[in-house]
Amino acid sequence: MIGRDGLTALVEVLRARGYTVVGPTVQDGAIVLRELESAAQLPYGWGVDLEAGQYRLRPRTDGAAFANAAGPQSWKTFLHPARVRQWTAERVDGELVIEADDTPPPRFAFLGVRSCDLRAVAVQDRVLTAGPHPDPTYRGRRSGAFLVAVECTEPGGTCFCASMGTGPAAGPGYDLVMTELVDDAGHRFWIRGGSPEGTDVLAELPGEPASEALRTAAVHAVASAAGRMGRTMPDTDLHRLMAETLDAPRWDDVASRCLTCGNCTMVCPTCFCTTTEDVTDLTGNHAERWRVWDVCFNLDFSYLPGGPVRASPRSRYRQWLTHKLGTWYDQFGSSGCVGCGRCVVWCPVAIDITEEAAALHDWTRRAEDGAS
Amino acid sequence: MDTDARPALAVWKFASCDGCQLTLLDCEDELLPLAGPVRIAHFLEMSTAEDSAEPATLAGTGPYDLSLVEGSVTTAEDVLRIHRIRRISRRLVTIGACATAGGVQALRNFADVEEFRAAVYASPEYIATLDTSTPIAAHVPVDFELRGCPIDRGQLLEVITAFLAGRKPNVSAQSVCFQCKRRGTTCITVARGIPCLGPVTHAGCGALCPAYGRGCYGCFGPVPHPNLEAMVRQLRHDGMSERDILRVFRTFNAASPEYAPVPGLIAEETTHPAAEEGPR
Repeated sequence: MIGRDGLTALVEVLRARGYTVVGPTVQDGAIVLRELESAAQLPYGWGVDLEAGQYRLRPRTDGAAFANAAGPQSWKTFLHPARVRQWTAERVDGELVIEADDTPPPRFAFLGVRSCDLRAVAVQDRVLTAGPHPDPTYRGRRSGAFLVAVECTEPGGTCFCASMGTGPAAGPGYDLVMTELVDDAGHRFWIRGGSPEGTDVLAELPGEPASEALRTAAVHAVASAAGRMGRTMPDTDLHRLMAETLDAPRWDDVASRCLTCGNCTMVCPTCFCTTTEDVTDLTGNHAERWRVWDVCFNLDFSYLPGGPVRASPRSRYRQWLTHKLGTWYDQFGSSGCVGCGRCVVWCPVAIDITEEAAALHDWTRRAEDGAS
Repeated sequence: MDTDARPALAVWKFASCDGCQLTLLDCEDELLPLAGPVRIAHFLEMSTAEDSAEPATLAGTGPYDLSLVEGSVTTAEDVLRIHRIRRISRRLVTIGACATAGGVQALRNFADVEEFRAAVYASPEYIATLDTSTPIAAHVPVDFELRGCPIDRGQLLEVITAFLAGRKPNVSAQSVCFQCKRRGTTCITVARGIPCLGPVTHAGCGALCPAYGRGCYGCFGPVPHPNLEAMVRQLRHDGMSERDILRVFRTFNAASPEYAPVPGLIAEETTHPAAEEGPR
């Protein structure tokens, strides 16, 4: 068990070990992820009110640092960055010399990885490194990363990890995991190691063994959070639901509301699609290839000679949702959704993935009733 | 100069404020590198000489390899001149909202030009103007359109560089939201309830306004096939009045065909903002 001073020490220890510590902090009206120089930058005393299409900070009187839910960014911003230079080419005496970009990857320590996001990192591990062509940028950043998970005790109005089986208790994959408690006995964190390095770091922190009472209180706080999720995914085989509803009228309904702006995919912690941009300079002697985030809502994303394959908003929204909840299983053996609720919060027109899935589910049930 | 094998660049002005041409002059660090591979042959904003020798005329001499055209077509002379420029240009790229959508001066397209002429000018009989302000592409084929009011410096250099390399410019038609997310700006609509046209606006500015806490007002014009019904509903939700919603679409890209459904989405009694305010 550690106190606030232990959290301060944790950031110092990780920085002393050469990590760039990234964690939550308040900036521009939201709890964003940013490099932390000290634990004092953590969002002590800030909660959030989350609804579809709406995010508001709310002061908390208890001074808790992690009693808030997923913010506008996820860890993919650091592991799978929006822009990466892949190679450069120079023309030297008429010959092209191509060099892969071998900038050493930063060594990140992520402080405050939610259970849903821990699962999202595992999903991206599978997508970006488990195939025959592992992505060197992701692998370089991921293999050196130190993960400090935080279990959720205060889910948001748009959270639904409990119904996705991804939280609020932390699954495997962390180096350290914490559960925050603020009560009459003070502000404390029950902290456990999950890897040899995590255990080493833990040994450097000022703390004391957690009492049985503290452990019970922490387990209870997390279990209680599971019952306070603001959203629920319908309890059905989503993979099958997506395959059976390709012609549902609901897709036209959601397309009439969707702006195809791409916000849902960019805030999604598992969406991974990119495109390439080749850049040349005015002399024509220097070229660079950049990899940048792209999303299936962009018309250029499916552009082939003759036009985009998915020209209608209906086909683009359907592509996103059926991949996320359905064909992701065929491709990667799991759901692409971890229940973090970011796509619900950051959709400017409040489209809600759980509501859309529920509407599709209702449609199949009505179709079955009609048939019988 | 006949022996100069470098591509000849020409910059042209039609009805406009000159801001997009100034964007080229504003490329301070890149101007000298640009003057290496390119021969700046005709650019009245920069020089009164044609090919650094003869006095330049409005019509130019030609031929030019790349013509950058600023401004919209608002007079009968403009119509003739843009056809001539097209004939003497191998590639023609329009720069800015005026040249690609008609500019703010296209507000005349929704009003009576005679009335404007009488109200604004002391001697209206001296003014010869068309009833509409139209984009260059309404008159001649255009090879590429660069958006913005004004255009983005980086995108202009990208278009010229791509032309020199014989490749397609990296100018994406995605929404401003992409650029907000890439630069890490927290969505001002979701986090602060600020009305913003970002979701239906063509990227290119680097998502400048939202980064400073201000809603996008669409100076780069619409994305292809914007869902304006959903956007108008959202602007209303975020507290914009019917009048302000109509006005935010009636700015630099007022005559963009994509914006045509907007008046039909506004509550009936406020579709004529000028009438609402009465005489000035």
